Amino acid sequence: MRREVGIVGVGHPRFGKSSVSFTDMCCYAAVDALDDAGIKTGEGHGVDQLFLASMGAQMLNRQSGIASALVDTLNLRPAMAESVENGPASGASAIKLGYMAIASGMCDVVLVIGGEMMRVVSGWEGTDFVATMLHPIAEYPYGLTLPAFAGMFTRLIMEKYGVLESDLARVAVKNHENAMYNPAAHIQLVPKLEVITEDEDKDIINPYVAEPLRLYDVCPVSDGAAAIVLCAMEVADRFAKKPIRIAGIGQATDTHAVAEREVATDLLAVRLAAQQAYKMANLAPQDMDVAELHDAFQILEIVESEEVGFFPRGEGHLAVRRGETKIGGKIPINTSGGLKAKGHPLGATGVSQVIEIVLQLRGEATGRQVEGARAGLAVNFGGFGNNVVATILTKEVE
Amino acid sequence: MAIIEKMEAQLRPVETPMVNYPAKYITQVNGDKLVIHQVEREDVPHILQAVSPLMTVAKDFYDIVASRIYSELLGYYRYRVKDEYCLVGTIDGVIVGVVNGRMIDEKAGMSYHTMTLRQGLRIGAQLFAAKMEYHLDYLGQDEVWIVAESPNGFKRWMIEYELEPRLEQWHELGGVPTYVLTKALWEKHKATKCGGRRPVSEVMLATAKKMILPETYSQIPGYVRNA
Repeated sequence: MRREVGIVGVGHPRFGKSSVSFTDMCCYAAVDALDDAGIKTGEGHGVDQLFLASMGAQMLNRQSGIASALVDTLNLRPAMAESVENGPASGASAIKLGYMAIASGMCDVVLVIGGEMMRVVSGWEGTDFVATMLHPIAEYPYGLTLPAFAGMFTRLIMEKYGVLESDLARVAVKNHENAMYNPAAHIQLVPKLEVITEDEDKDIINPYVAEPLRLYDVCPVSDGAAAIVLCAMEVADRFAKKPIRIAGIGQATDTHAVAEREVATDLLAVRLAAQQAYKMANLAPQDMDVAELHDAFQILEIVESEEVGFFPRGEGHLAVRRGETKIGGKIPINTSGGLKAKGHPLGATGVSQVIEIVLQLRGEATGRQVEGARAGLAVNFGGFGNNVVATILTKEVE
Repeated sequence: MAIIEKMEAQLRPVETPMVNYPAKYITQVNGDKLVIHQVEREDVPHILQAVSPLMTVAKDFYDIVASRIYSELLGYYRYRVKDEYCLVGTIDGVIVGVVNGRMIDEKAGMSYHTMTLRQGLRIGAQLFAAKMEYHLDYLGQDEVWIVAESPNGFKRWMIEYELEPRLEQWHELGGVPTYVLTKALWEKHKATKCGGRRPVSEVMLATAKKMILPETYSQIPGYVRNA
């Protein structure tokens, strides 16, 4: 019999450029989450397991065994501890593992921390580091990077469905507007649509990164950490906050080499992961009140919004034009600012997305609150769509 | 003439006539108008007040860049540097960035420093481009000698402009490697690096010339001027 799992604590310091060590950065997020749940560290803390999600700590920060280090630093011994690496989807994967640990009956309380410190290296080194998840024979040796893939993908979508550069910019502006209300967001600046798309100096202030993608069509490079406390619903009354239930989790993979996919413009793993999550939650796309979709590149928000069933194929950009993904629209997407404005510290992103849904369902998303939100979806996208985790949270306990 | 005045006159460098940099403005992504204009020698003490708070910020090498700009501008103000100039970027009259350099001779320029006071709009890149524009398009020089003191500067200038390494050539800022922006490289990169519109309206220029000191600096959490 699978046990129900809820989230009772969240911690989300501001993303950006960290001035502390990787370990300290993760600890700050964890302490905030433990405080939120009302857990005191030390003897009798009650945390059974810690999962740390990070894609690159070993490569970028030359640190390993970090989950064990964090348990000790946080004074949570003798809790079990493991690190999770699943590319940019590491955060949601760690939450899934936390869910499984509790649902199986092995644990009652799990602390999940996601963290990445990417700004210790140059932009080029960071791009190369992220590209190490690409196919080691078919892709990486040819100089392919994630922005390069996103550029080619965007071009295909534009040709197939009539998406314009201004549609990408609209998504970016929306997400930057939302981020102005999120104190944890890296970028606190709202670009003007007409300036980044039409100004005669647009090539200077919004240059191409991977044509047709411009600077404001891609996420920034950020440091950051985020943490959540999961618990079995049957012990939720131990904690300070009412639990937000994890109603569904889905995960799907796709071919490693993007060229091997049957339809180049499909994000099949997104579709399958979302379908699994809906099935497990016994909910449908139209039941979602808010969503966090992995917009490392603005085209992804548009296509993912179609793959998860919010809009028909090829019409995501039309919904953006109609304002349906804004707060107050049909389905508000990336109320946190998304990866575009909140930032994308890889291992932290999946945890951060779930935190935004928790805040929305608690009614604590000040300034960006979706009124009456009762269910939300988070999609964390790894590789160029070859490993995707979808998580559905609900406010009510069944 | 008193002896001290005679000595002072001998200490001062012989100045080469330099055409002024014509002010321009660039619309930023958030709609702000960045006005870049050349300042007068008499403006320098005021600009030093904008720079000085950053002289103790070690992060991103602000301390060394701010301290060096401070001394270079002081050298300009006190007539101890030959053919120096300073361009300032303002938004709504508030100083958001400073760049400086000097002419070595009629053929070559010496880039000194580029410092952004307001982060997040790529203002430093736009000011650096304006400085290169001054040397190569207005002073009519053939090349500019450049060094970087931070990895970010190296990325922005040496790599993005594909600067020519001339490691044997010593720059006035010390023994760090010298790189050169040639006229050919400038022509190659200008279209994607150097923006802006002219003329700047009298109203906009008058506002820019107020050169209001920043109240806060994102590089110095908690700092408030005159608090």
